[in-house]
Amino acid sequence: MHKYILRRLLMMIPVLIGVMFIIFVLDYIRPGCPSRVILGEAASPEAIARVREELRLDDPFLIRFGSFVGNALTLDFGRSWQTNRPVFQEIFARFPNTMQLAGMSVIFALLMGVPLGILSATKQYSIFDIIANFTGLLAAAIPNFWLGMMMVILFGVNLRIFPTSGWGTPMHWVMPVVAIGASSAAIIMRMTRSSMLECIRSDYIRTARAKGQKESVVIFKHALRNALIPVTTVAGLTFGALLGGAVLTETIFAIPGLGRFMVEAISQMDQPLVQGGVLLIAISFSLVNLLVDILYAFIDPRIRSQYR
Amino acid sequence: MSKNNENLLNIENLSIHFFIEEGTVAAVNDLNFSLKPGETIGLVGETGAGKTTTALGIMSLIQSPPGLVVDGSIIYDGRNLLELSEAEMRAVRGSQISMIFQDPMTSLNPVFPIRDQIAEVVMLHEKVTAAQAIQRAEEMLDKVGIRKERAKDFPHQFSGGMRQRVGIAIALACNPKLLIADEPTTALDVTIQAQVLELMKGLKEENNTSMIMITHDLGIVAEICDKVAIMYAGSVVETADKKELFNNPKHPYTIGLFNSIPDIEKDEEKLKPIKGLMPDPMNLPSGCSFHPRCDHAKPECSQKVPKHTQVNDGHYVRCLLFEEGGE
Repeated sequence: MHKYILRRLLMMIPVLIGVMFIIFVLDYIRPGCPSRVILGEAASPEAIARVREELRLDDPFLIRFGSFVGNALTLDFGRSWQTNRPVFQEIFARFPNTMQLAGMSVIFALLMGVPLGILSATKQYSIFDIIANFTGLLAAAIPNFWLGMMMVILFGVNLRIFPTSGWGTPMHWVMPVVAIGASSAAIIMRMTRSSMLECIRSDYIRTARAKGQKESVVIFKHALRNALIPVTTVAGLTFGALLGGAVLTETIFAIPGLGRFMVEAISQMDQPLVQGGVLLIAISFSLVNLLVDILYAFIDPRIRSQYR
Repeated sequence: MSKNNENLLNIENLSIHFFIEEGTVAAVNDLNFSLKPGETIGLVGETGAGKTTTALGIMSLIQSPPGLVVDGSIIYDGRNLLELSEAEMRAVRGSQISMIFQDPMTSLNPVFPIRDQIAEVVMLHEKVTAAQAIQRAEEMLDKVGIRKERAKDFPHQFSGGMRQRVGIAIALACNPKLLIADEPTTALDVTIQAQVLELMKGLKEENNTSMIMITHDLGIVAEICDKVAIMYAGSVVETADKKELFNNPKHPYTIGLFNSIPDIEKDEEKLKPIKGLMPDPMNLPSGCSFHPRCDHAKPECSQKVPKHTQVNDGHYVRCLLFEEGGE
């Protein structure tokens, strides 16, 4: 298992080099001169030449890529062209917020989705099951930003229960987490339901019942663990996607997160920020994937035995 | 049928139906048989004859809905199992009556070590600590021929035959009085079949366990059973001691079954199957459900449901051909 994790971590190196190559090439072939972005359209040719020299924009491709990778290894992505502050500092001022929002949303989705999915599966075709499925379909279909805005109007403006925007106190967290987590909760619920239904009908569940085991133990011990694999996959993918930032939700609630920040950086062609941000998102996504694969191994010994 | 008090199990007029959208599936119909302590009965019949449904009915493990026991009684050790509460039935399952399932590849939980799966049933029914239960599980593994070092392994690390040994260990861990084996060797290689049967026979005799052996293999019946009940379309059409039934089969279906086994001595070119197909349990023939396939069918066979008729000591047949003499 340790060997497997180590190997997977090593395998991240070529992946990340690939990611860096793509980031770099996209910026390289992008039209427009970076020095004009920094200095503005009215800059004199001398000033532009000076910046080009400073940024080594006239060096050959491979040398520029090499120094980009070299700097990235020391977490040095240069300075933001807009604020002139180190990219690393700018990103890490926001990444923890995004991480927190993503983590809480996934936990919310799991806490809602898994129990409701189990209940729905064990009471298949009951009134509860029908209502849960309908609500789930609705929650999955409603766009996050719309749900966010409606909550702002109802709970923020009219009822004044939660603050309408900002980030920092637990009261600030509730609405964004629900807005993002609702659709994931619905997907996880439906996933749990179908996965549980399959497990409940399997032979080993009949064996557990034939042992004289209580129905609750049969469901939560014997069936649930077997049903968790697809649920883990969905939760991991959701978490990974959210680490890139939930742009719309961050915008609605004015959360200083990575998503909104990255969109601004892209629209202002702030190349170092975009490069650093994308690389960080790629690294965290790879780590989440690895985490999911490790979780698989804990859940299912058949998968564990493949990790050699 | 004999209503002997010394019977461990007495099933009378058991009917189990499944109510599904397309109609009612009459899986088990007016089924009767009994079993004494230590005795082994072979429940023989084609696929779809209701053998497994009967077994699950005894265990109260019929999925409901859609399944429902619509009639009859299952008297086990003086108690009607059908009248027990779910909690009372849980105390019976696994400790008094236990079951070995058909497919060892799917009937063990893939995420738990085999040792824990055996210890679980011990913990449920006996007042033991976790450590004692584990020790007991290892003893059981030893009994079924699995080394102690492999106790912590998971089901996927074992072959089919080994997994069925684990299934046997789970079923026998609490010394049940009645063991239901649902085609325990059907999914196994022939060589492994013999080993597993031998093992079951030995362990059963050691504890004087009664057994219901569900099978469609008359060879297994000959090897392991004391009594045989031949099932057709959800009911027992003939029951007798093994020797009596093999030497003196009466019911046309039973005779057909024996005739369909090719004789190795004779140079037979063609198999002799019973004509026709097993009836659809959603639409059983009237009267005797075997009459459309029966060579001896008389006009009244399609109208009158035959009763159990004693033709010899302990030999009952459900066929109108024998009923005149019996009534």
